[in-house]
Amino acid sequence: MFSRDRWLEIFDSIKKNKLRTFLSGFTVALGILIFVVLFGFGNGLDNTFDKFFTDDALNTMWVNAGRTTKPYMGYKANRRIEFDNKDLEDITNRFAFYIDGITPRISESGNIGYKLKSNNYSVRGVGPFHQKNEMTIMMQGRYINGLDVENKERNVVIGRLVKQDLFGDEDALGKFVSGGGRSWKVIGVFQDDGGDNEERIVYVPYTTLQLIQKNTDKLQQIIISYKPEIGYAGAVAFENQLKKYLKQKKFIDPTDPRGVFIRNIASELSRNDQFKSGLSSIILFVGIGTLLAGIIGISNIMVFVVKERTKELGIRKAIGATPSSIIGMILQEAIFITSISGYIGLITGIGILKLVGNTLEEDYYILDPYVDLNTAILATFLLIGFGAFAGYLPAKRAAKIKPIEALTDK
Amino acid sequence: MNHNLMIKIKDLHKSYKMGSNSLHVLKGINFEVEEGELVAIMGSSGSGKSTLLNILGMLDLLDKGTYDLDGVPIKDLDETKAANYRNKFLGFVFQSFNLINYKTALENVTLPLYYQGFKRKEREEEALRYLDNVGLKEWATHLPSELSGGQKQRVAIARALVSKPKVLLADEPTGALDSKTSKEVMALIQKINKDGKTILIVTHEEDIAKMCSRIVRLKDGVIMEDKKNKMVKAI
Repeated sequence: MFSRDRWLEIFDSIKKNKLRTFLSGFTVALGILIFVVLFGFGNGLDNTFDKFFTDDALNTMWVNAGRTTKPYMGYKANRRIEFDNKDLEDITNRFAFYIDGITPRISESGNIGYKLKSNNYSVRGVGPFHQKNEMTIMMQGRYINGLDVENKERNVVIGRLVKQDLFGDEDALGKFVSGGGRSWKVIGVFQDDGGDNEERIVYVPYTTLQLIQKNTDKLQQIIISYKPEIGYAGAVAFENQLKKYLKQKKFIDPTDPRGVFIRNIASELSRNDQFKSGLSSIILFVGIGTLLAGIIGISNIMVFVVKERTKELGIRKAIGATPSSIIGMILQEAIFITSISGYIGLITGIGILKLVGNTLEEDYYILDPYVDLNTAILATFLLIGFGAFAGYLPAKRAAKIKPIEALTDK
Repeated sequence: MNHNLMIKIKDLHKSYKMGSNSLHVLKGINFEVEEGELVAIMGSSGSGKSTLLNILGMLDLLDKGTYDLDGVPIKDLDETKAANYRNKFLGFVFQSFNLINYKTALENVTLPLYYQGFKRKEREEEALRYLDNVGLKEWATHLPSELSGGQKQRVAIARALVSKPKVLLADEPTGALDSKTSKEVMALIQKINKDGKTILIVTHEEDIAKMCSRIVRLKDGVIMEDKKNKMVKAI
């Protein structure tokens, strides 16, 4: 196996039979290449999927109010439903068993300025729990806290890009910005993985915002995080109970599809999980299919290679080659060629994935296509193994064939 | 001359299965060859001459009888044993030359030595010496496709001799050559024989047989005639 002469003999045979070498090498390289690229794209799709659903906390419900569509208990249809601070309190008390955290959200847009610069930003009045819910990461200072809400402080937490726009390199903490004709103290700067828009936001205590808006107690939206341990079934039960409770509280027909909406990530997620596992099986299926095609290809070529060499093998036997040296020679050559070309296919495939990178994200939803190196190497070894196996059977037959039969085949 | 018995065959039988029938090709051959003989085995096609040569060359197995080669009983041949015996005892020359087409003349000649485990350098030196013996030293780096028929056969002869076999077996060595080239090849074979090599030639050409020291005629699987011959010089 490791004799230098055997290798020289093999190199000689490879060098002087270029078409044969190319055919078997090409099959393996192409098989591995297609496998790596397809598998990589599949993983890229998977990544895009994950990205869509990981920006916000997964155990979250958004409760929104809208207009009713049915008359109920003396109320007319098309009545506008609004939440207020009392609702927030009631929900918190009644569903304490389920709730991990709760926060209202009032969204507006406002002109925020510092010195000579000013700009329009989306302004959100929120509670302290909103930070955890949106997975907001503090870079400097702190987030809105309970005291801010209680005392209706004019404190503001600004996004990374807001800070960049208004302050540039200047330190923003403790400075005052103007907004809505009042001045606000910057108490924190945050970043968010959800993209640039998420970093052009300004957070203020919701109570302060209500105070400015003619001292109302209205809330647009309530965001609830439930305890993860209640699981999917618990989340759905919670959602149904909450919906029923709110409809009762606001005098909405229980059969009215509008009035109160609850968007529950859990039920979306379970749909997505199904889709994702479907996607994964397709990727797996495609991968296995490609490999199978590769294996069949290399097997065919090995049979062809041995058939083509029958006469040569007969000559070698007539001048003293033992059957084992014949089998060894064919296998070693086959394994050598398939290993090298498998490696080339692997590297090319990974190279293509690297090159493609994220250029396919926009149009094809393929993000960070990659192949786990172990999977790729396993696939390569599988092809080499089957190539060797496919070569072994005809090689064994060729080694058994009587030289005289091989030689009279003119 | 030392009359050492090189080949000894007793009551050799061989038949081939053809579907449900069996074809009895060799029906009890008794045959001895002394060292240094140049024997022509003649017969029409179907007489069993090629089968006999294949059995002598261990390319085929005998059904019944005994075969001793230079005192060594050739029996219980498995593939590996046969390969080793062939490599050690026998050199082959075929009608269709059977050179490996992607190897040069020199590489073809070195191949038997490769299977005997010689070092590369020794192989090439030895092979070059034998190529020189058959007058093809200048053609060493040429591929078979660049050689004429006679040259190919001479390369094949060099390859058959390079492992220093006890017996050279030639199956219609001139069958694919014109008469002038045939004579040249036969002259080479006679020269090798003169140097002491035992040679068996299967042929159906009367004038080739006349260039041998003994002529054995086969018909329907038995030896019809076995007589010494006054060797005619090829050239």
